[in-house]
Amino acid sequence: MAEFDRQLKDHGSTIYGRGGRWIGLRVDYTLLLLILLLMVTGLIILYSASGQQFAYVKRQATFMVVGLIAMLIVAQVPPRFLERWAFLLYGGGLVLLVGVIFFGSGAKGAQRWLDLGSFRFQPSELLKIGVPLMLASYLGKRVLPPGFGHVMSALMMIVVPAMMIGMQPDLGTALLIFAAGSFVLFLSGLRKSYMFGALLVALTSAPLFWFYLLRDYQKLRILTLLDPQSDKLGAGWNIIQSTTAIGSGGFTGKGWLQGTQSQLDFLPESHTDFIIAVLAEEYGFVGVVLLLVLYLATIFRGVFISLRAQSMFGRLLAGSITLTFFVYIFVNLGMVSGMLPVVGVPLPMVSYGGTAIVTLLLGFGMLMAIGTEEKRMGL
Amino acid sequence: MREDRALKNIHWEARLYAVRISFAVLILLLMLSALILRYYDLQISRHGDFATLADNNRIQIRAVPPARGLIFDRNGVLLADNRAGFTLSVVIEKSTKIDELLNKIDRLIDLDDSELESFNRLAEQRPPYEAVPLRYKLNEKEQSILAVNQHRLEGIEVSARLIRDYPLGEQLSHVVGYTGRINQRELEKLDPRQYRGVHTMGKTGLEKFYEKTLLGEVGYERVETNARGRVMRVLERIDPVPGEALHLYLDSRIQEIAVNALGEERGAVVAIEADTGGVLALASTPSFDPNPFVTGISYADYAALTESPDRPLFDRALRGQYPPGSTMKPFFGLAALASKAISPGYEIYDPGFYQLDNDDHKYRDWKRGGHGSRIDIYKAIEQSCDTFFYTIGFMAGIDELYRYGDLFGFGRASGIDLPAEASGNMPSREWKRGTRGLAWYPGDTINVSIGQGFMLATPLQLAVATSRLATRGRVQTPRLVMTAENGEQIDGNRTNSETAGLLISEPLISEPLITEPLITEPLIIDNNIQIDSAYWDVITSAMIGVVHNVRGTASRAIKDLGYKMAGKTGTAQVVGIKQDEKYDASKMTKLQLDHALFIAFAPADNPRIAVAVIVENGEHGSSTAAPVARQVIDAYLNYYPVAATRPSPILEPAESG
Repeated sequence: MAEFDRQLKDHGSTIYGRGGRWIGLRVDYTLLLLILLLMVTGLIILYSASGQQFAYVKRQATFMVVGLIAMLIVAQVPPRFLERWAFLLYGGGLVLLVGVIFFGSGAKGAQRWLDLGSFRFQPSELLKIGVPLMLASYLGKRVLPPGFGHVMSALMMIVVPAMMIGMQPDLGTALLIFAAGSFVLFLSGLRKSYMFGALLVALTSAPLFWFYLLRDYQKLRILTLLDPQSDKLGAGWNIIQSTTAIGSGGFTGKGWLQGTQSQLDFLPESHTDFIIAVLAEEYGFVGVVLLLVLYLATIFRGVFISLRAQSMFGRLLAGSITLTFFVYIFVNLGMVSGMLPVVGVPLPMVSYGGTAIVTLLLGFGMLMAIGTEEKRMGL
Repeated sequence: MREDRALKNIHWEARLYAVRISFAVLILLLMLSALILRYYDLQISRHGDFATLADNNRIQIRAVPPARGLIFDRNGVLLADNRAGFTLSVVIEKSTKIDELLNKIDRLIDLDDSELESFNRLAEQRPPYEAVPLRYKLNEKEQSILAVNQHRLEGIEVSARLIRDYPLGEQLSHVVGYTGRINQRELEKLDPRQYRGVHTMGKTGLEKFYEKTLLGEVGYERVETNARGRVMRVLERIDPVPGEALHLYLDSRIQEIAVNALGEERGAVVAIEADTGGVLALASTPSFDPNPFVTGISYADYAALTESPDRPLFDRALRGQYPPGSTMKPFFGLAALASKAISPGYEIYDPGFYQLDNDDHKYRDWKRGGHGSRIDIYKAIEQSCDTFFYTIGFMAGIDELYRYGDLFGFGRASGIDLPAEASGNMPSREWKRGTRGLAWYPGDTINVSIGQGFMLATPLQLAVATSRLATRGRVQTPRLVMTAENGEQIDGNRTNSETAGLLISEPLISEPLITEPLITEPLIIDNNIQIDSAYWDVITSAMIGVVHNVRGTASRAIKDLGYKMAGKTGTAQVVGIKQDEKYDASKMTKLQLDHALFIAFAPADNPRIAVAVIVENGEHGSSTAAPVARQVIDAYLNYYPVAATRPSPILEPAESG
């Protein structure tokens, strides 16, 4: 704990500047602006997607405010502090995951939640940040590119929670966590031979994966992707309706609140995972491209912050957070448009759902912390 | 750890990172391009297909059933009405556990057994996905209970429907008939385009005969629905064309009088307006309430009707075939005169029986000891002398009897605008050879000449024949419907038919639905019965004698008439009487008693109405049947004191050549 206090004090001096004078919060204003733009866009579409229920918008906005505050708080935490104590978050997350196995409650056949009285909590969300944080902290200290032993340790750190989450089952989150960890490994300069090796292992274990690890409904989702018409009213329904919504939007869309697929309830999950179909229907191709431009700008800002980071830990974490952010977007837009199987990945900042927003904003908070870190003297 | 840190090359690692992140961004941009291409493909290249798909999703074309044509009597009294009722129905395919659902509904609105039974029966014979009615005419409380609980009653539908209603109930059930649910067998025969959204059709009576006229034309609605099929708004509507209303010749007041006059008896009354051939009353008792049939009668109630010994479902007026007995005497008398077998002055002596040459068999007169000497045709009709008619029937021969019987319509369906009319039997040599393979015996002629033997006639045929007698040979097809009128202008509503063709895969019928011409043949046929007017006079005055002469068979039953009536009583044997047996009513059960018949027209000098009455097991035509006919004629002459000019604008005046 002494170490803890010392580091905080160290950092404190930078906040208050020489002589302890207030010089303001550490905020990346470019990133903040982009996030706010995304939030506003999200709320406008959510209003339409929720069947014009303002209650949804209010709830989502509340989460956004909570998330923004959390982001600003995290932004003030010095990256060195994060690096030092990453294992606590990661380890805590793992313990809670085990807790879910024994004490968890579930919805729709999946056990993902920890019930804490009136508050329900998904430990897997914690690990979305915990895993890249842990890996960045672990690999950041190593001589890069990492050696075989370190790569294997890092892999274990990724695979253990990813497997546990995948078996909840929550394939979407498992994939995101796997991706976030892998990005750290990749960005840390993982040797090409290891990458090819991993690819080989992945390919050979694919059948194993299919026959032993995937549940029937997960297989069905993948099969449905190949031929949505095969199960028109079941698993295929979502994809048929979402592609119909997207396609019927055309170039400029049907107009806000005018999407027939969205407003007449043909589109399932329209305010959560499938919300991009609402945007695509009502704002058309133009709307989709503009949203992607906004996302791309956010990603570029993230990449820029990572390149400017003061430590390898900062670079790896910022890079992983940014690339994972993109994975969200890619998987979500891909699955809703029928390019990828349906895995529960929300559209960041737009889909309805409090936990996801807060987790994302915590990640952005870390980005800001990394982006505003002063030069580390003497290193 | 210390070692690692010592070996770290910060700048080289930063460059390594920069290379890696640049590579990642490159991949990222490629993936982003793939996404954009995918959305471009869906939203730009294949936009048309998906726009169509989206429209197909939300736009449904629904049939709007037309209101069925109403039926009025000649004075505009409503005989068949459409009443709005909220119907609870269940789409069985939409409900996962039908028994559970029915239990829930039962707990809410208390279904009774007959409803469940009717539901199950309808459920068996309906096309898939069609809502099966469970309760008709929901009251407001039931409606609100169902509305509140709708979310846990998956598969139920509460819809406003027009339900056929027969305000006069059993008085007219044999005439108007009833509508009922279209069953699977009928469905196969129907043109489905004409019946989209229509659940009922005419099953009997006018409802059946004029089905196409009453049906109207189905309209269509393009509606936007949500994913659960709920209609959000109507985009376009082609109104249905309501069925045409029928206006009858029938007068419900006269019908009521006829029914009441029959009272508890089993019997039939048919009254025809002489001038038009229009049917004024067509009663058959006992009758039944047609209303339960509309919504589906329960097995128990239906069984009660079919098993009743009085056979209330049986339309005696149209389908009851009785030996006409002595009511045939005016017709055969006319036949004998017209065929010159006898002259008007021909007389016989009646010993109480008739014997053919070389035959011991005695054909007995109903009056033991006979009617005495100097019986001419007047007395023979007045007193209903069998021996006279045995004699002249034999003299005229079966061929002449058949020729004239046929001219008066015996043995053939009258062509009335009702379904399933019986044709009776006017026997002939060919008929006997054809059906029995036997030669015609003289004795057969004797039996036929008093309307017995092989002879059978329906009350309707008797009324038609009486009407021809009254009009001195004018052959008219009896009609119930005077006019059919469309509630709306047919042409005014058809402007949308072109667009409709585009919307619906099967084209709408572009011509009016009325395929059944209301009057298939002119009411007056050219080949009227050509008989010397002197002979008509003979028969008419003889029939006046039946009612007005002291010795006339109906004179005691019909007294104090304010007009002149020509009539003829008849008695039809139900049980055969052996050669030497005497008919003894006291030894017979009610069902073995003779049927009483009476035919009449009035006023005799200017006939305007012809009536035939049969009272089953009523014994004597004079005592039971004649008063019924009298009440009907009284009523008509009272309600219509002046001869009605033909009221229909669509028919030519009743002129014969």
